Amino acid sequence: MTLAFKSIGSRQLKNSLAKWLITLGGISVLFTLVLIFMYLLYVIQPVFDSVKVEPLSSITLQSTKPSLSTGVDELKEVAYQIDNEGLATFYRLKATEKHPVGSVLLTKRLTNEGTTLTHSKNAGLNLLLLIDTHHNNTLISPDFTAIYKTDSREIVADIKYPLGEESLVIDENEGVISKVSFGMDSEKAVFVASTADGRLIKTTFIADDDFTYDAEYEAVFQEIEFYSQNVDDIHVTPDMSLAFVRSGNTVSVFELDDEYSVPLKTVIKPRTTITSLALLSGGSSILIGDSKGIVSQWFEVATEENRDFQQIRTFANNTGEAITNIYTEQFRKSFYTVTATGAMDVFYTTSEAKLWNGKIFNQAPNAFAISPRADAIVTIVDDTLSLTAVHNEHPEVTWSALWNEVWYEGYQEPDYIWQSTSGTDDFEAKFSLVPISFGTIKAAFYAMLFAVPIALTAAIYTAYFMTPGLRKKVKPTIELMEALPTVILGFLAGLWLAPIIEVYLPAIFLLVIFLPLSTLIAAFAWHNLPKELKLKIPETLAPIILIPVLLVSIYFAFSLSPIVEATLFGGDVRQFITNELGINFDQRNALVVGIAMGFAVIPTIFSMAEDAIFSVPGHLTSGSLALGATQWQTLIKVVLLTASPGIFSALMMGLGRAVGETMIVLMATGNTPILDWSIFQGMRTLAANIAVEMPESEVGSSHYRILFLAAFVLFVFTFVFNTLAEFIRQRLREKYSSL
Amino acid sequence: MMKNSNKEQSNMKKWFRSGSPWIWLSAGGVSISLISVLGLLWLIASKGLSYFWPAEIHEFKSIDQYGKHTTVIGEIYDRELIPVAQLAHTSIKLDPALETVERLLIKTGNRELVSLDFRWILVPQIQSQSTPEDVVVIERRTNGNFYGYIESVVLDGKVVEKSKLSELLARVDEFQEEIEGLQTTDIGAINYQLERLRLKGRKYKLDNELTADIEQQLANETNALKAEYQILENNLMALRKEVARDQLIVRAMDGQKVTISFEHILKVTYNNQLGFFEKFTTFLSQIAGFLVDDPREANTEGGVFPAIFGTVLMVLLMTVIVSPFGVIAAIYLHEYAGKNALTKLLRIAVINLAGVPSIVYGVFGLGFFVYMVGGSLDQLFYAETLPSPTFGTPGVMWSAITLAILTLPVVIVSTEEGLSRIPSAMRHGSLALGATKVETLWRIILPIASPAIMTGIILAIARAAGEVAPLMLVGVVKMAPNLPLDGNFPFLHLDRKFMHLGFHIYDVGFQSPNVEAARPLVYATALLLVMIIISLNMTAVSIRNRLREKYRMLEH
Repeated sequence: MTLAFKSIGSRQLKNSLAKWLITLGGISVLFTLVLIFMYLLYVIQPVFDSVKVEPLSSITLQSTKPSLSTGVDELKEVAYQIDNEGLATFYRLKATEKHPVGSVLLTKRLTNEGTTLTHSKNAGLNLLLLIDTHHNNTLISPDFTAIYKTDSREIVADIKYPLGEESLVIDENEGVISKVSFGMDSEKAVFVASTADGRLIKTTFIADDDFTYDAEYEAVFQEIEFYSQNVDDIHVTPDMSLAFVRSGNTVSVFELDDEYSVPLKTVIKPRTTITSLALLSGGSSILIGDSKGIVSQWFEVATEENRDFQQIRTFANNTGEAITNIYTEQFRKSFYTVTATGAMDVFYTTSEAKLWNGKIFNQAPNAFAISPRADAIVTIVDDTLSLTAVHNEHPEVTWSALWNEVWYEGYQEPDYIWQSTSGTDDFEAKFSLVPISFGTIKAAFYAMLFAVPIALTAAIYTAYFMTPGLRKKVKPTIELMEALPTVILGFLAGLWLAPIIEVYLPAIFLLVIFLPLSTLIAAFAWHNLPKELKLKIPETLAPIILIPVLLVSIYFAFSLSPIVEATLFGGDVRQFITNELGINFDQRNALVVGIAMGFAVIPTIFSMAEDAIFSVPGHLTSGSLALGATQWQTLIKVVLLTASPGIFSALMMGLGRAVGETMIVLMATGNTPILDWSIFQGMRTLAANIAVEMPESEVGSSHYRILFLAAFVLFVFTFVFNTLAEFIRQRLREKYSSL
Repeated sequence: MMKNSNKEQSNMKKWFRSGSPWIWLSAGGVSISLISVLGLLWLIASKGLSYFWPAEIHEFKSIDQYGKHTTVIGEIYDRELIPVAQLAHTSIKLDPALETVERLLIKTGNRELVSLDFRWILVPQIQSQSTPEDVVVIERRTNGNFYGYIESVVLDGKVVEKSKLSELLARVDEFQEEIEGLQTTDIGAINYQLERLRLKGRKYKLDNELTADIEQQLANETNALKAEYQILENNLMALRKEVARDQLIVRAMDGQKVTISFEHILKVTYNNQLGFFEKFTTFLSQIAGFLVDDPREANTEGGVFPAIFGTVLMVLLMTVIVSPFGVIAAIYLHEYAGKNALTKLLRIAVINLAGVPSIVYGVFGLGFFVYMVGGSLDQLFYAETLPSPTFGTPGVMWSAITLAILTLPVVIVSTEEGLSRIPSAMRHGSLALGATKVETLWRIILPIASPAIMTGIILAIARAAGEVAPLMLVGVVKMAPNLPLDGNFPFLHLDRKFMHLGFHIYDVGFQSPNVEAARPLVYATALLLVMIIISLNMTAVSIRNRLREKYRMLEH
């Protein structure tokens, strides 16, 4: 008795345990879908995060002299200050076991005792030109080396002299330099300076060998013809090809490439009071800050006659105060503006994003530097050095930059461009989702154009006219197509179909006429057959009868193709299309994709539409036929009308499949992201774009997250279509069962 | 006459009004679909199979527009008609009455002698065409096929009779097999053990447990392995020397004499001497070779064995994961779920899981499984190998899991269909006899539904075998150095990358340096994949149909 009781207990326990387990298993399906959705969002979300600025540490400087320059290492652990007596001091920003935050790592005197620095000018992050009251010019480079020990890391700071410790002769007349700017790479260094006696000079140091190993060089001195003696600001581009010289409210642009002369290229005259000037990363754009707190970006645009600097866009700071300084990032198109009251604004040029504004200091800082990874700024206000973290990982991505036209440097006008990688370093990634979304729609459109007529007619015939015996064979055969791996369809489209279409292009268009025509001729011929023969070959065998007929007409179309080509298109359709019609012709084009992806979509649409038509209740059709309607009338007026929601949902499912298909598009098009409806050109779709670029995108980068966004767009798109289709189908099923 | 045409017209009108033309047009849709399905299968089959059929080797003597005579030996690869207009810019003289001219694409092989191993010949320029009996095709390990005439066979520096050729080839084959075994099995195992020892050392170091004793022990083991390695290496060198002993001197189409070492030769055949039966045996052996050999020359030649193996293994892993989940979810939906909003949501989720583009699963798999889960696993269990990732990089396990999610709805839908066909009387009977719900499920429902579950699993396998896009992100590679299953502990290496038939098609067809030469192989691979998938589908469908019949009988 007890045994039986126990066994019942354990059976009940098992029963309820199983119930919980199965319920959990069932719910996990929903959980999976939600997980995919949430995870995609989780990866995308940082792209749209707003910029956060947070003070990290602040230290009191030992030197009370005014600071000229500051900087920080890549890991934000050591910062330096150079004061106007030429004393460089390195401070720890991160406590170690032995040293607290703010302790001094290294001090080094950069000038002779008793002299003061008049100014320092930097080019790039790690090059500083120091000029002192004794006209000594020194080029220094604060250097940070990370040394890894067993389980710790230590930063060693040092000052290096890339061009030697001796004073550099920048002006051959040894005049007093009042303003200077320079650029340097391993082969040469170019200085552009204005002197106190009103000359504008260019000095080039050409390395004997390579500046990275050896500081030996040969100097070339040139004088620049300039109308004004008053120079306010000079900027030399990092590639040392242009110099921007500001005098009052005009900026003159000089070309530095010429060995013998320094020609004036153009003059930029913004109609404002210029208060500051800066070069944007890459050196193609200049930023002009004015007294009303507006920064304008200018770059060269090719017009019909020449290339000229144009004002591209403007950014207004939050306070409307004059912009005293513009600081630009080294690698990205972000920049910081500062006003006299210490209001700071952060912008990103290309996406026209106003990233942040606020006050982290009460006056314009004495020295300001952006960390090498652009994730922090160091500022010196009086005797306080502060490190402020700037969380600004994806400034280039904004909703409007993804979907609107953007004017990129070097382009004639704003445009939709997807170009995520390139060979050169100063390349700016261009992320517009418009061309690839367009490509997706274009591919789906041509696929549907091809698939819908065939799939629907086939579904109508199979469901309504076909004998059950034949239907049993035909339906699985067509549905077999759905099982065909799309990689095979893509491969055939790219390597077999595309060359055929290229050679027999007229045949494809002839087929559009030939196929229906030959069907009608065959039908009429059958109609006029004698009765006895009609009985032997009944109309229900039409699909079988038509197979040879269609094959013959396909054969005819292909053999007529060269003749049509010779008579109508002068022997070569491709040339005709490119030359006469002015349309580019790609071998792997939308026509190929349309046909190949059409094949992939036909079984989806066919199968569902056929089901919808087949399950229309029989008494509806019987009633219609009994009332004297013909088969065709019954079909159009009763059957199709009743089944229309089902057909619609079949189309939705087909569209969903066409939109998300990857391999066919990847293999059957050239994958060029262009905005063109032309049937003779390719496209790049969201799915193919992901497949191509995802493996090589850096984890966590903007590119990676945008590819996730592309996947999310696909997900949402198909989700809407599938849910809609399913909803409609449910309703239809209820309707049928009520009938 | 007039009357007649009137009659014709009214006949036509009546015909149109009857709707018959439209019916025929819709029948045309069916015909086109059928033509395209069957045509596609026929195309793949014919192109794929012809790759294995030994081709006739032709010798063409032609004279070009400058009066230069050339001899070309090779297989006819393709032929096409081109409009004469396209040749107008060349100085080729042709019969002006001609509209089109035929040209042949000849595969000439001999890649080391000519820059292009394919060339076009215009048919009017051909002076003579023959199929000489003594032309040979030499299949080689590098540089592709060689076409030419055998001049002499050199054994260890001495010329011997040509009849010794097959004997010498067999000898080399034996050695090659031995070398293969040494390289992949023995030396591979030693390298693997060495790497494991190194990691073991690092692990001790990371855990701060590395003592002098352990260090010494590890060093001893390493040295022992290295000594063993040296012996094997010497064996290998000796074998290599043996293999390189003999040479074959052959004459190419331009009369040039070429020495081919036996170590590069795979097979020598006189294609033009083969009778139908011999051709058929060669055909079969070629197919066998295709299935069991490793790929050669950047995948453009040889077999696809690693790709077959990778596909099968990945699909099996996926089946293990997807089957229980799919079946449980289906049981929940059909047996347990009430008619409420949650069930509706679940059904929508199933439909959407089926409809979400496969590439989205790939993106999800890469981000979530590979980087997030895999990255965490590495931190926790494989810290010694970092920064080189173990599971934090695409691999066969992540591929299997990703595809399991992708194919989940297939199993669910199929199983549920099976469950819904089981008459409820059976359930009621079992419950009435006192069985609990889970006992009913386990003893009655699941056994009856098992063919339906089987169908679902087979369909899922077919779907997974053909899916490529997500795999490109989560684990497939063009060339995997090792199979994910081998003789080294723990035998099944779930972290390894693998090769896949579908990706092989994409890679060889689109990314290989010599697409023209690789094309037949791609067709053959496509044929293999299509056959696998279609046979899986047919099996599934036939199981389902049988099942439906059975239930119909049960109901009455």
